[in-house]
Amino acid sequence: MNCPMPGAEETAASPRTLAHPADQPPEQQESDRSRISYVYVIGRTGTALEASASQLTGLRDGPLRTVTSGRLTALVSSVPADAFSAEGMKAQLEDLTQLEAIARTHHAVVEAACAGAMVLPMRLATVYLDDARVRSMLDERGTEFDALLSRLEGHAEVGVKVYADARAAAAAEAPAAATGASGSPAPGSPAPAASAVSPGRAYLQQRRAQRRTHRDAYRAAGAVAADVRVRVADLARDMVAHRPQQGELASGTGENIANEAYLVPTDRIGEFHRALKGLADGVPGVRVEITGPWAPYSFATPPAESGSP
Amino acid sequence: MADHSEEESLAGRQIALIDLLDRLLNGGAVLTGDVVLSIAEVDLVHINLRAVIRSITPDSPAPW
Repeated sequence: MNCPMPGAEETAASPRTLAHPADQPPEQQESDRSRISYVYVIGRTGTALEASASQLTGLRDGPLRTVTSGRLTALVSSVPADAFSAEGMKAQLEDLTQLEAIARTHHAVVEAACAGAMVLPMRLATVYLDDARVRSMLDERGTEFDALLSRLEGHAEVGVKVYADARAAAAAEAPAAATGASGSPAPGSPAPAASAVSPGRAYLQQRRAQRRTHRDAYRAAGAVAADVRVRVADLARDMVAHRPQQGELASGTGENIANEAYLVPTDRIGEFHRALKGLADGVPGVRVEITGPWAPYSFATPPAESGSP
Repeated sequence: MADHSEEESLAGRQIALIDLLDRLLNGGAVLTGDVVLSIAEVDLVHINLRAVIRSITPDSPAPW
């Protein structure tokens, strides 16, 4: 078991029913231009990739198949050329429901493949005209993929996110503020009826206090994020900083100030969790979230092409 | 895997889409050349889902 996957409850890729015998689906022939080959993962030939192929379906319920060239094998399924061409794909990505369906199916195939052997997950929407093209890609990039697989062998990715939540920090401070002589009402509680200061002044005081709490929460979160790196320095083989999460999908409370991925030996993942235990305890307004273990997505990009900030 | 009780608490929870997209759109092995389409070649800035895409691509500077 290369990548322990606790999130394996994913249902996007449904198990193949008995109605489909486990025989290999036909190759994507060059003559059939209505279907193209979508690549999920690349792994070493002769590992459990064939078994993964027979247990799952890919996008649009298409059966998975393996395409092999020498030491490397790709897990592939056929997808409609119109929907997965550059134009079609753009249209699909504009629809959050479709984007999510593609992402979850892709991920479910990666997880299943990863459970059996070390695999390189492909970036979303990696599509070839036919299986022959997939094979020549395996030929051309074989040395590079082989080196990456060796490097990642026995490792998984763990995500660590640090959040600053000024409101939680303010709430933690509220009891002190409420009993203080400032006259500024604690955020969230109704203003006292007979306040000694003018409403305008009280407002300014409150704004100032909010800004300070905000700044303190960010500063504290930055310190916690730095502490993460120190604590896992001996446990992680590599680290990639993703962009902090923003926008409508970043639904967690507070603002994400660090969004990092660590490459950790699978037998040290428990240790990794323990090293970060209690990291933000007693730090008001700071929250740490750990995700994974993941297939090593963030480390599957060859260093030369890694565009991470 | 005796050490994994921590992780078991995460089991069953659906993976957040944004965590997935961080990895699927920024990570993963990138192929260019003969490929029909790789997400790396799609101009994500012009995709309508700006709120989603902005948060997962390094194109726009962070606000702090």
